[in-house]
Amino acid sequence: MTLSVALTHRLGRFDLYVAFDAPPGLTMLFGQSGSGKTTVINAVAGLLKPQAGRVALDERVFQDSARRIWLPPHRRDLGYIFQEGRLFPHLTVRQNLGYGRWFARRDTPRESLGRVVEMLGIGHLLDRRPALLSGGEKQRVAIGRALLAGPRLILADEPLAALDEARKAEILPYFERLRDEAAVPILYVSHSPAEVARLATTVVALQDGRVARIGPPSEVLGDPTFAPAGLRGIGAVLEARVVAHHADGLSELTAGGVQLFLPRVDLEPGRALRIRIAAHEVTLSLQRPEGVSALNILPGHVEAVRPGEGPGAIVSVHTPAGRVLSRVTRRSVAALGLEPGLACHAIVKTVAIAPEDVSGAISGADSATG
Amino acid sequence: MDWLGPDEWQAVALSLRVSFWATLAGLPPGIFIAYALARWSFPGRQVLNGLVHLPLILPPVVTGYLLLLTFGTRGPVGSLLQEIGIVFAFRWTGAALACGIMAFPLLVRAIRLSIEAVDPKLEQAAATLGASRPWVFASVTLPLILPGIIAGAILAFAKAMGEFGATITFVSNIPGETQTLPTAIYGFLQVPGGEGPAMRLVLVSVAVAMTALFLSEIIARRIARRVGGA
Repeated sequence: MTLSVALTHRLGRFDLYVAFDAPPGLTMLFGQSGSGKTTVINAVAGLLKPQAGRVALDERVFQDSARRIWLPPHRRDLGYIFQEGRLFPHLTVRQNLGYGRWFARRDTPRESLGRVVEMLGIGHLLDRRPALLSGGEKQRVAIGRALLAGPRLILADEPLAALDEARKAEILPYFERLRDEAAVPILYVSHSPAEVARLATTVVALQDGRVARIGPPSEVLGDPTFAPAGLRGIGAVLEARVVAHHADGLSELTAGGVQLFLPRVDLEPGRALRIRIAAHEVTLSLQRPEGVSALNILPGHVEAVRPGEGPGAIVSVHTPAGRVLSRVTRRSVAALGLEPGLACHAIVKTVAIAPEDVSGAISGADSATG
Repeated sequence: MDWLGPDEWQAVALSLRVSFWATLAGLPPGIFIAYALARWSFPGRQVLNGLVHLPLILPPVVTGYLLLLTFGTRGPVGSLLQEIGIVFAFRWTGAALACGIMAFPLLVRAIRLSIEAVDPKLEQAAATLGASRPWVFASVTLPLILPGIIAGAILAFAKAMGEFGATITFVSNIPGETQTLPTAIYGFLQVPGGEGPAMRLVLVSVAVAMTALFLSEIIARRIARRVGGA
């Protein structure tokens, strides 16, 4: 199933024009606040009526302003996971989970309550009311409620943004499972490059109400000319495979034949995963460095140098593991004479790779380049 | 209850009946108008708001007289209704109408406040889960505004129990038909030796009002606990 979206909407001085297709898997609407992400997802849900456009899931048309078609939200067969959970305070967790089923059409394939409850680990919460749940628990119930509505399209609007780091780490794996197991497309709004790197099948990057880039995360995040989430959000994505776990707490991986060490990863050897390497954590060296503490050294050559407006520059380095981005000063660019074609090494400290930048297992395990 | 004379007992029973029906009949239009005022924007919204509040500001005698003009047997609405057998003038139903109209602003205000406190995002969430507008209202909005509805109903009931001016103007003070608690107290005070029965009715009034308040507190607290204070 493919969701196709083409919208025009003007709100005061903000003017939105967006067109994209969301194939099966998880499509991430990615951009800073004010880029139009939430407007787009609410238009797909029918909570907002854009001035013109067409939204369709395969041949089911949600909106077609040319043909004056408009389906209200309750007839779109959605599962919408909101940032704040939006659980019904007067219902128990069990009743919240069952809410969508009252209205689901009989012919929709339904998840069983038992399976969803078990997957989300919320069995002990069923008889509680939402006021007594923690933020992470609320969000898991909200995911369950959306799944049990028998949706043909799952929408999620920054579902992790209101949670602290520990709760985020608790919820992220559920979205990874959802992406891999759900048969329906998922449209997910986020401003976090880490979530893009971990979850997205396809990225639709929005900037000022326009689609700036569409592609797989390694392509969009690895684009040195594009930083929709600000300078600290720049960083390329590599795909790697787990080789072994070592006794000192490190995991050994390989990406395109390059050996990498990460803080312990919870996957068996042989499984593939994605790693986002933030550009400001990557150091460049012309010679292979000796006597440094950093464990990850990726040989390669400079692909492009893009000076920024401030003192910095983004250097993209082609390595056997894939493209790596590095943010260095313009002074260093001059001192090292960095220019396209120059051989260099990208150096990354193991501890600079944050847990939220490392995904769970991904499919397509054997290709190790992005 | 032998300490109440038959006339006094009659006035108490009638007042309870009048107030009950005034409140019950006021609830459906009260909830609808409160919802419209809280959630919809439409031309004439301020006019509707003003109309609803009119009985609160007008002298009750004026309201009663306007009711008499409209719903009296010769009034435009009253004569029509009479043809299908509904008579308000000088009947207990007229007392209920007068009390209902006088209590209506209080009912609408309380319910409107509770509707404004319901987060529309919850109603949106219900819509995305497949609930149509009426279902969203029945399964999300209505349960969440129940405390407000109960508070408004108790307030309206108490107001109806105490309504005097509009009632006596519209349906007079006929024992057994339109003589409610306040008009009975007024009647007793007009005759020599009426202080005794008047005082007993005053005590009944206080008792009914206190009971209503007490009940509303208990119900509101129970519902608040159910909703979990969220």
